[in-house]
Amino acid sequence: MSETATPDDERVREMSTFRRWLIRPELGSICGTILVFMFFISVASDSGMFSGRGVMNWTVVSAQFAIIAVGACLLMIAGEFDLSVGSMIGFSGVIIALMSVTWGYPMWIAIITAFVVALAIGWLNGYLVIKTGLPSFIVTLAFLYILRGLTIFLSISTTNKTIIGGVREKAEGDWLGNLFGGKIFKGLFTWMGENGWIETFERGNRAGQPVIEGIPMLIVWAIVLIVFAHVLLTRTRFGNWIYAAGGDAQAARYSGVPVNRVKILMFMFTAFCATVFATCQVMEFGSAAADRGLLKEFEAIISVVIGGALLTGGYGSVVGAALGALIFGVVQQGLFFANVESSLFRVFLGGILLLAVILNTYIRRLITGER
Amino acid sequence: MDSTDPNATPIVELRNIEKHFGSVIALAGVTVSVYPGECHCLLGDNGAGKSTFIKTMSGVHAPTSGEILVDGKPTRFANARSAIETGIATVYQDLAMIPLMSVTRNFWMGREPLRGTWPFRFFDVEKAGEITMQEMARMGINLREPSQAVGTLSGGERQTVAIARAVYFGARVLILDEPTSALGVRQTSNVLATIDRVRKSGIGVVFITHNVRHAMAVGDRFTVLNRGKTLGTASRGEVDVNELQDMMAGGQDMADLEGSLGGTV
Repeated sequence: MSETATPDDERVREMSTFRRWLIRPELGSICGTILVFMFFISVASDSGMFSGRGVMNWTVVSAQFAIIAVGACLLMIAGEFDLSVGSMIGFSGVIIALMSVTWGYPMWIAIITAFVVALAIGWLNGYLVIKTGLPSFIVTLAFLYILRGLTIFLSISTTNKTIIGGVREKAEGDWLGNLFGGKIFKGLFTWMGENGWIETFERGNRAGQPVIEGIPMLIVWAIVLIVFAHVLLTRTRFGNWIYAAGGDAQAARYSGVPVNRVKILMFMFTAFCATVFATCQVMEFGSAAADRGLLKEFEAIISVVIGGALLTGGYGSVVGAALGALIFGVVQQGLFFANVESSLFRVFLGGILLLAVILNTYIRRLITGER
Repeated sequence: MDSTDPNATPIVELRNIEKHFGSVIALAGVTVSVYPGECHCLLGDNGAGKSTFIKTMSGVHAPTSGEILVDGKPTRFANARSAIETGIATVYQDLAMIPLMSVTRNFWMGREPLRGTWPFRFFDVEKAGEITMQEMARMGINLREPSQAVGTLSGGERQTVAIARAVYFGARVLILDEPTSALGVRQTSNVLATIDRVRKSGIGVVFITHNVRHAMAVGDRFTVLNRGKTLGTASRGEVDVNELQDMMAGGQDMADLEGSLGGTV
């Protein structure tokens, strides 16, 4: 009909490849990952950081960040925050330890109970945010304190301690316990060790066994959650609803998207991720402690923001958040390998957070054409 | 199609709709009908009750009293979804699109095409993109790619995406909430041309505006909403710009104008 249809319309011009890449949410985290690896390869390559054991070290830490970042990522894209993630980790862990060690239930019942309680709290978080219309920031801040307080109270009032040990013994041979605390591909690693392809112990009672005996389930969970969330977000109808709910809840509602349901489910998914984290940690340490998970909510949010998600919702990427978690893990452990004062890690964290938010805001302007 | 044919049944007819919010009377008797293939302009100044009316017609609010007839049969809309299912689509002024999402994702929002069987039922991105490009081209907008963000489109183009979406999903009545109010001259004429194109395909358009000239450009019938009431409906050629303008303002000339409209009610 008009000039918009003509081929030389200025809006139809080809976008430069550079610009096309610039508006991908993962861009910042891809560059960041490359930079971080280049830095540590040049600084700490002879410290054992890139030996089998070193790699496993920062991979596990990154996987921990990734598990909670995936939940926080989907929730942030859906337009909400959850500041109770850290307290949820402590709470779930103590539930598992109390149920199994103190009260003697089988491990699998303890774990399932922890998940059910966590999902219920996630639902409550979401329900309160939707019903009151308050910012999720405030509602979940309340739960940050409520859950932390309850965790300490529960563990003190029942055991007189804030650390409950003996979980590993109880988890021995439990099918669900192994799903969180076990390792896979043990045979493969033993075989690789026997062939001399990977490092093995040379002395002691484990001589001949591989240094890395298998892939911890924690890493498997991280990968499964990343893949699941990525496919959900980019390839399903529900994923489109997540974007829509965070992009503009009212517009989404007018198009028939069940925004409230989407948001509540995302709060539940975040709580689920926190409990996966808690369960793996409890299995790994063999104990639960009331102060576990401190500040994890912020680390999750920082990973997500480094991954290119907008704090205002509606835009972001699970792959980006996972790379954000990788940067996080590599730097935290890398500074240790490089013998740098570990307090500098926080300086780095604050710096990169600021940088990421500024970059994201700039990219947002590019996409929406705002000035 | 003759939109004023007395034998034709309107797609949607609202009779004496009232809507109260507590002690506030937002609508105090609104009567509007929409025939296939006509553009019915609803004019009203700010605060006249246009928004409440739209929300009532699109099922967001239930009327306090009055009748809604779809194809001549009394109907109640439980929610926005049930209105959409009967073919009443609404394009809201500034809530039509989500700028950060791609045109395709916006186009299909809430009705994404699926492929595969549960639990591997995925959003058919390729098909969605293809149809979006095709429908947008039909409305005269050539997209760079289906994943182009809506934020890169102009205001008029965004309205057009929203209209194309409603039409594609089988709208029989299209309610447009001030589609031209924030647009420049050229974009406005694009949107008006889109309205004309939609009307010619047999869809009834309810064009809500406070700009009389825009209404005159495409309207077949005109209804003025003032203080929550409709004062009657005039066909094209029975009123002129100045008369409509005065009625919207509810000024001194009201009494005379009511007389001139009386015959058409």
